[in-house]
Amino acid sequence: MINVIDLHKYFGPLEVLKGVTTKIHRQEVVCVIGASGSGKSTFLRCLNLLEEPTKGEIIIDGISLLEQKKELDKLRQKVGMVFQQFNLFPHMTVMENITLAPIKLKGMSFESAQEKAAKLLHKVGLSDKNDEYPSRLSGGQKQRVAIARALAMDPEIMLFDEPTSSLDPEMVGEVLGVMKQLAYEGMTMVVVTHEMGFAKEVGDRILFMDEGIIFEEGSPTELFENPKKGRTQAFLSKVL
Amino acid sequence: MRRLSDAIYYNLIREQRYLQFLRGLGVSLQLTVYAAAIGILIGLFLALAKLGKISWLQKLSTLYVDIIRGTPMVVQLVLIYYAILGTSSLPKIMVASIAFGLNSGAYVSELIRAGIMALDKGQMEAARSLGFSYGKSMRYIVIPQAVKNILPALGNEFIVLLKETAIAGYIALDDLTRAGNIVRGRTFDAYTPFILVALIYLYITTILTGLLNKLERRMRASD
Repeated sequence: MINVIDLHKYFGPLEVLKGVTTKIHRQEVVCVIGASGSGKSTFLRCLNLLEEPTKGEIIIDGISLLEQKKELDKLRQKVGMVFQQFNLFPHMTVMENITLAPIKLKGMSFESAQEKAAKLLHKVGLSDKNDEYPSRLSGGQKQRVAIARALAMDPEIMLFDEPTSSLDPEMVGEVLGVMKQLAYEGMTMVVVTHEMGFAKEVGDRILFMDEGIIFEEGSPTELFENPKKGRTQAFLSKVL
Repeated sequence: MRRLSDAIYYNLIREQRYLQFLRGLGVSLQLTVYAAAIGILIGLFLALAKLGKISWLQKLSTLYVDIIRGTPMVVQLVLIYYAILGTSSLPKIMVASIAFGLNSGAYVSELIRAGIMALDKGQMEAARSLGFSYGKSMRYIVIPQAVKNILPALGNEFIVLLKETAIAGYIALDDLTRAGNIVRGRTFDAYTPFILVALIYLYITTILTGLLNKLERRMRASD
């Protein structure tokens, strides 16, 4: 579904990604782990071109992202993204946050967009928050609204950029629960995370990134129980 | 008491001089509203040009702001009136509106630019990630929030604008200040007409401030 070939990214003189190659298959849940500064967030942000790669190729459904800049907005509609800082639109209610994109970009009618949003809010367990503004929600609630907002565009793949890293510990569970449910429903997901438990339980494949490359990858059992490389072992011994 | 009633009679009632003030006020208000509208449009355009990626537009926008901010409004007004627009058949009030609008636009652009830059860049990213184009992200997500944040400063700009229009008399436009001047010329009383003019300006700016506070409170609903 997504084919990433030899991705490089420079920030000025600093090379953050030094040649990342991987494939993400339909319905696969890929968890990306690694220390901060290892390039995992940059890698994820390249997948919908929030960061423009310096070199390399990203092919989504046979369309090369870097050659089809005009189609970029259309392509991004298929790629949902959830941010560490939620990035809800603070000037809109929960309902407006979720319905804005389907109405403006897909030409969905106001009523059907609201109906759909209500279903999504039910799914993330926030049916009673339609008319609240984001400032009145807790972090966990905000992130669940953010997930609903991304889902409202019917994406084919969801990208999660450390979705629980800025949450209070007691709210991590509710967000991971929603993500788990999504995974079981067959959503294709790429999740940058520090939640090793989640990666182990839900991930189909784990990518361990270090110094701008995929240092080691494998199934959760392979990678967590039996890491082959020294640096992977060292990282895991610190976080597990 | 006697002198006060005389003053009011001579400066307001006689020869229906109150009409002079009312018409002047009308002109001042019209001028402010038109100029503010033009100023917002120009300001928005300049701000977006400066924040955008097209380098000659950026430079042009910077140059424009520098020139407007670096020269007196009254000089701009006279220049625009005589040199540029004086040759066309536009009504005087439109010429003045354009001159004041061009001036206000430079200040408004800096406000809008500051408002946009103060926003978390995650807002733009979230909008883009949903599939909004740059333009639509600006329109639906970024600009509404930026405007909300700069509303007090923007309101202040329009109050300043209303008072700035007092120099419209330089191109013989009969605004409120000039009405005061005309009446003074007839009555040889320097105080009464201008105290009156000052009170009218004060009254209008007070109303504007009140409206602004109300609007601000309404927009704060989401906080």
